[in-house]
This record gives sequence, C-alpha cells and structure tokens, in this order.
Amino acid sequence: MVEMNLNRRQFLKLSGATAATLAIVELGFNEQKAYAKSKEFKIAKATVTPTICCFCGVGCGILVHTKDNTVVYTEGDPDNPINEGKLCSKGTTLRQLYTSEKRMTKPLYRAPGSDKWEEKDWEWMLDTIAKRTKESRDKSFIVSENGVTVNRTEKIASLGGAALDNEETYLVSKLMRGLGVVYLEHQARI
Amino acid sequence: MTNHWNDLQHTDCALIMGANPAENHPISFRWLTKAKENGGKIISVDPRYTRTSAVSDIYAPLRSGTDIAFLGGMIKYALENNLIHKEYVVNYTNAPFIVADGYDFKDGLFSGYDQAKRTYDKTKWALAAGPDGKPVTDPTLENPRTVFQLLKKHYSRYDLDTVSSVTGTPKEDLLKVYKTFCETSKVGKAGTILYAMGTTQHTVGSQNVRAYAIIQMLLGNIGLPGGGINAMRGESNVQGSTDFGLLWDNLTGYLAIPKASVPEHATLDGYLKKETPPSGYWSNRPKFVVSLLKSWYAQNATAENEFGYQYLPKPGSKNYSHIFLFKAMYNKELDGAFLWGTNPVVGGPNAGKEKEALGNLKWLVAVDLWETETAAFWKKEAGSDPSKINTEVFLLPASASFEKEGSISNSSRWMQYRWKAIDSKGEARPDLDIIHELALKLKKLYAGDTSAQASPFLALDWNFGNGPECDIDLVAKEINGYDLTTGKLLPGFGALKADGTTTSGNWIYSGFYPEEGKNKSKNRDNKDTGGHHYLYWSFAWPMNRRVLYNRAAADLNGNPWSKEKAIIWWDAIQNKWVGNDVPDFNATLAPTAPGGTGAIMMNKDGVGLLYAPTMNEGPFPEHYEPFESPVPNAFSSVELNPAVVIHEGDFNKKGSKGTYPIIATTYRVSEHWQSGSMTRNQEWLSEIAGYMFVEISEELAKEKGIKNKDKIIVSSARGEITAYAMVTKRYKPFKVRGKVVHQVGMPWHFGYKGYVTGDTANRLTPHIGDANTQIPEYKAFLCDVRRAD
Repeated sequence: MVEMNLNRRQFLKLSGATAATLAIVELGFNEQKAYAKSKEFKIAKATVTPTICCFCGVGCGILVHTKDNTVVYTEGDPDNPINEGKLCSKGTTLRQLYTSEKRMTKPLYRAPGSDKWEEKDWEWMLDTIAKRTKESRDKSFIVSENGVTVNRTEKIASLGGAALDNEETYLVSKLMRGLGVVYLEHQARI
Repeated sequence: MTNHWNDLQHTDCALIMGANPAENHPISFRWLTKAKENGGKIISVDPRYTRTSAVSDIYAPLRSGTDIAFLGGMIKYALENNLIHKEYVVNYTNAPFIVADGYDFKDGLFSGYDQAKRTYDKTKWALAAGPDGKPVTDPTLENPRTVFQLLKKHYSRYDLDTVSSVTGTPKEDLLKVYKTFCETSKVGKAGTILYAMGTTQHTVGSQNVRAYAIIQMLLGNIGLPGGGINAMRGESNVQGSTDFGLLWDNLTGYLAIPKASVPEHATLDGYLKKETPPSGYWSNRPKFVVSLLKSWYAQNATAENEFGYQYLPKPGSKNYSHIFLFKAMYNKELDGAFLWGTNPVVGGPNAGKEKEALGNLKWLVAVDLWETETAAFWKKEAGSDPSKINTEVFLLPASASFEKEGSISNSSRWMQYRWKAIDSKGEARPDLDIIHELALKLKKLYAGDTSAQASPFLALDWNFGNGPECDIDLVAKEINGYDLTTGKLLPGFGALKADGTTTSGNWIYSGFYPEEGKNKSKNRDNKDTGGHHYLYWSFAWPMNRRVLYNRAAADLNGNPWSKEKAIIWWDAIQNKWVGNDVPDFNATLAPTAPGGTGAIMMNKDGVGLLYAPTMNEGPFPEHYEPFESPVPNAFSSVELNPAVVIHEGDFNKKGSKGTYPIIATTYRVSEHWQSGSMTRNQEWLSEIAGYMFVEISEELAKEKGIKNKDKIIVSSARGEITAYAMVTKRYKPFKVRGKVVHQVGMPWHFGYKGYVTGDTANRLTPHIGDANTQIPEYKAFLCDVRRAD
C-alpha cells in the first residue's frame, strides 16, 4: 500500500488555496467582507455556462465560470429543478477537473516491451489505431457460420461509455457494431 | 427509474435497500427530506448503519446477499394480512392468470432443470392459454393454479423465524419494516423502492429487483406519484449508455441483438417474427428495427436486402459480457480493446486477473482524462515487468464534460444538455471527434476494398461532416429520426414505420428533436407544470413522460384511485387522457375500448408480471446463498443460484468458509467516484478522503486484536490487500442460523495512481455473475482480516 505522500502545504499549493489565504490576510480577517470580495474577484467579468454534473446519476445543474481561458469558479445552477443550486462535495470541486495538474494534455504511446510513454501527435495515433483495428478485424472476420451471415469479429473489444454524452455513445454503438464488434460492454454491469 | 428525483417528495414511504443515497446520491436526499417534511417515512435496510440509515425512521440490518429472504417475508406478510391493493392486483397484474401444468417447485428447484447444463427449460413454466391464444384467468384469484395462489404458496415458506435466522435481521425490525411499507397498499398512499448496486451486484441481483416489482404491484405502487421502482444510477450517463446499446446483447433502445445461435434470426423476417409479441407496445418492434437499420445503412438499406439486416454482426452462442470478455482476454483470444473512460484494473471484479489479462492484448486504446491504473497497467508501479508485456498502448487525452457539448440522461431518464464552457485542456479532444475521425480513417482504409469483410463496414452510413470535427447536431437529429418521404424530423416514435420510409437511431429517444432548432434536451424552462414534473425542463424519454405506467394511477374507468395520488385521468368530454404528466399510454384510448385498461403497456397482456416465466432461474424469486457464503441455505438444499455460470480454475478461485469466515462487501464514499480516477486526481477530494480503509465492527476488532487506524490485511481466495482499520459501531455482528457472523465493508475507489493511492478492493472480489445479467457479485464474498504487523 502506498501512503498519501502530500503534506498540507503541498495541497494548498496544488489547490491554489494559498492565494486565497493571502487575500483573506490582506483584507484583515473580516470574514464576511473577505467572502464577498473573493467572490467578486473570482467571477467578475467571467462567462457563465450551464452544465450537468459528470459524477452520479442525479444530474445536478452546475454553472461554470470561465475567464482568461481557465475555469475560475463553479457553483450549483439555481435554475435546475433537481438541485436548485445545491451540490455535494464532488459537484462542488468540478473546477479541478480542469485545473488538476494530473490532466492528460497530449496523446501518449507505449511501444511493446517499453517501460515509458512517448509523446506522439494525434494524426499518427489515430492512423496507427485505425491500422491495428483493420488488421485485427480482417484476420478474424467471420462472414458466415453454418450458412448464416454473421459478419462479426471476436478479436476486438470495446468497453466503457457511461461517462460519455449520449451522442458519443451513439457513435461508439454505431461504429463498433458497424465493424462487427461483439465484445461490446460498458459500466452498467460493473 | 419509473419515477424521477423531484417526485420522491410525494412518497409516503421510501424503502431504501441496497443503496446509500445520502452519501452516494447526496442531492437526491433533498427530495427524500422533503418527503419526510410532508409526513413520509424512510426505511433503510443495509448491512451497515450508513448516513442514509442515520436519517431514516426505521433501520433494519441485513446480511449481504439475503434480500430475497427479507423481501419474501414481506410478500408473505402483505398477502396474509391482506395488505394489498386488490383491485389493482386483479386488473393490472397477472395474478389471476392460470399457470399450466408444467410448473412445479420442489426443494429450491423449479420444474425443467437440467443439472448438467445448469439451465432450465422455461417452457415448463408457461401460462395456460385458451383456444384464442389469450391467457386463461380466474379473477376471483381462488383457483389454486392462479399466479396469485402459487405466489402465496411459494412465499408461505418465508416465515418470520426462518427469514430472521437467514438475514440476521431481528424479528421486530422485520415486522416494523413490513408493517410500515405495506401501509402504502391503502388507496391514497404510495411507497417507493430505491435501490442501487447493493441490490444488483449479486448472483441473484435480477431476482432481487423482481422481488421489488412483486411487492410494488401487490401494493399498487407502480405508476403513482411517489411510487415506483427507482434504480439510482451511479454514473452521470450510465442510463444513456445503456439506452444507446453499449451492452453486447442490445442494440439501441433495448432491441435484442440478432444471434447466430437463434435459427430464426438468420433473416430479418424471422428475427422480427420471433422477437415481436402479438400485443403490447413491443408489437411495434418492426418499425423500430427497420428505422434503426435505415439510420445505420441509409441508401444501402433496401427492402430487397432486408434493410441491411445482414450487415449487423450476429454474436455466436457464447456470452460476451464483462466477465466473459476478460476471460477471453485472459485466454489470449482477443487482439485489441478500446476503453472509453473506464478503469477495470480498479473497477473490475477479481481485478488482479483483469490486469493480467490486459497483458495478453496486442493493442489497447485508452481514451481518458487521466493516466489511469488501467492505461498504465504495464508499468513497474503497477507491479508489472514492462519488458515482459508486449501490449502496444495508445492513451488519448479526452475532453472534460464542460469542454464539449452534448446531452446526458440521468436516472430519471431526463436528457439534459451540457454546453461547452471552455476549449479542451491542452490537446485533449471530445470523444465524439475521436470516434468520428477514427471512423473516417477506417472508411479511408477500406475504400475500394471489394472483399466480403469490407462490405458491411463500407455500407455503414457515416455523414457527420468530413473534417476531424463531428457535427453533433447531425448526430442528434439522426438519433431522433427523419421522415424520408419529406426529409423532415419525426415528431416521435409513434410516426415510425417498418417500410423503410423512416429512420431513428434510437427509437426510445425519438421525439426529443421534433423540428429544426428544437432540441428539447436544451429546454430550460423550470416552471412547475403541475405535480413537480417540470415538463418544460429538458426531455424525458419516452415522449417526455415523467412517471412510467402512469395509467395505473387511475382505476379501470380512468378515474384516479385517489385525489392525493392523481397524475393522469380520462377526460370523457375531451375524449383523451389528461393530467399533470404526459400519459404513458395511448392518449386517446378510452378506458372502455379494447386494451383501455392495459396499464402496463409494454407487456404483451398489458399487465405487470408477478410471475415472470422469462427469468433464467425461475418465475418467482427464491433465496439462494451467495457464491461464497458462511452458512448453508435454510430454504432448500440448493446452495447457489442454480442458473449461474461458474467459472472454474485459476480465473476465479473460490474461498471456503473455513479459511475465509467473514463476509465482505464494497461500497462508495461521498468524496470519491467509482474507480477514483476522476476524484483521486483532484486535490480537494483527495485531501478529504485520502486513505483506503476497511470498516469493521468493535466486536470483530476485539476478537482480532485490531485497533482503530491499525494497518490490517484483508485476504480472499483471489488476493490480499492492506488498508487501515476503521473500527465503528456501524457494523454489528449478525446472528445467522444460530451462529455469530461478522461482516466488513470497504470502499472500492483506490488504486496506485492519483494524488492519493491505496490498495484496490476489487483484488478480493470474485468473477461470478448474476444468472440473467452477469453483473458480478461484488457485494457478498468471503474474506479474513488480520493485523499487518
């Protein structure tokens, strides 16, 4: 088991809470004033876009405030009748899906037997994936079986989709069935 | 969900079982709290005293895996105390149907069992039919072969003493729950059942839900505001991804996949004849299937070529679901896999084996926001030797939900739109564009190929723009469907035809986009349109109906059973159904017309199935012990669900009660989500909930010399993990069949990546699934615990 190896200070740094703490110090510990001021700072002149929480199946509305090409603040959407502006701990921290330093920002490739990732461009990645898909499909494709047309491959699997949008799940469904994939699953079972 | 989140406020009693919404669906509790304020009661049935239990009126502990015993006792209680809604039962369920002579039940087995194959001949369970093919009924319910009498007989065995000794629930708690929930059988009252994976992740998961259905129909709770059976979904769009056919045996809209093993499926005509019932709403199936084929194969789908039916893949005679998929991977039968935001190395059952299986792939594509435990399975930090793993891995950075636009469907079937707030981080791209560009590249690779394997893929219509960016509006419209004779969008699935003149990519969603510029998932008018159904907020499939089977909230004549629970009713002057909700029924079919009382309209006979001869392990839910259980079955000599598939050998080792005497289950905490990749990669949530723990009772801690926060080792037949002990009063030992049995629980969110890490609970869970759905039995397995030092 690996221990959590971050101390409080590192967390503050990561979360940007240090800056907020300093601002409160400068404002002289008037909590109400500091709160009002910090709120004003954060969302002044920000663009507000409604979204729906990406976590559980309740479907709470969230407002995403963006400014200077970053997410500056998120809050519950008061107009959404399901949550009427309220959020749980996960919905509240939605902003960090954008700000987390752990976000993947480049396509990565791992060659057979290699012990590291390599950065590759999208074009190369998708071209190579398409090639692998075709190779595996072509060598395993079953057109008919006992006189019945079956048009399937049992060499390729597709898993997941519960975090995708409906339109995306529709395309996964259409593309995978279109290719003849029968090992098609998502998180409903797990 | 038959009902929806806001509707929970109308309930008189919420039975929460196999779920912990206060922690896992926190905002849902807003509406349960409102129900309480309105005088409603909340019951929590759970092995652990959860935060849901803490705010409930009644808490009843039960041993994991004994739900059917618990609920069977409630069925017996309701029947014997006449706490049922009789008129509802006689008219809206198959209670009066006569069961033919083939059905029998003896010592845990229904008739027609084949021991060697572990399957049943379900024809033995057929209902009696008259010369006209219609069911034979006895509305007095007195004939001993009526479903009602057989139900009564079956559950007469579920007496309080036996139930209590199996479930470990004290008798007084059982009675309190039974009495309180069965009060909703009164006209004017409605009870809801809320559940989640604590119900489904068992070898009898489907029958657990069936038991809910039986209870809700006996009490007359289906179709009513504040009633229904409500599955609380754990992922934001697991409802949508299921609706859109991302399970091996379903096409979109729950249309069964044609199978090579079913001889009739060899042709479209045969498939439609085999799968289409003579009555009930599914009699329209040919319209849905042909319209889907027209969406997928467009001009390549003609009457002459069975509308392209033969292009569809037909799976063979195997099962292709999650456990079987990983078994095939483990046995080196697969070449490659696509993972769309999923992390089976943490979330899959017997996860150690699932990780090993990945190393047998030639290539793996992971599309994710993070470098997950699964994408990095080949690394040293995963415990692997990279030099020995030859899998090529492609990790594609995906956009977060607010970096793109599109709709998702919540548990209430509400399809809500998410607008794009910001450009994707770095080079991340929406999954939509990734799938789209991959399809275009594959089309290019196959262009001009005249081989037999190329033709089904080349026939697939793919017109969402030619550039790397997919036109989402075209996708949305294709899902809704068009009238090909006019080129206009369809008003709904009522307009679908089986002659190839209409399209619809997913019939159950048809109607969400009825006219140009009117994508109803974008509706944001939050006015309460009556009954808190918010008909102008988003779009609920099907056809914006918010409470399914709402016809059942009215009596035979179309009048509400009560004014308290009125939702739709027949207006004789206007000659149509009116009310607060969109009728989940033919809106102009009078109660007096043929079929006018068939409230459960999706079923062939228009009634709910107290007796379901379609289930794999029998028409009535029967208690069997989990795959790994500390005690023998008290109800029969059959220990395990006789219809489950048992995976033998190294892929799924079974632990004995001698070596592993403690029951274990997994659960979630508020601050983390599923495999933790979305939350352990965030700072604040990581800080709040940073440690993998195992929750154990004070009694077990004492027995094992364990103190709170000690490091302990939990072992099962599949593996061992280390975690901190969390010693609480929330678990209490169970008294089961005369002996003391302990249960422990642990979150399944942890892995070796992220700001906070911990051992993976699913290293312990077994590879065995429910007999109908193959959902793994995560929620009841055997383990042992000991101090780590």
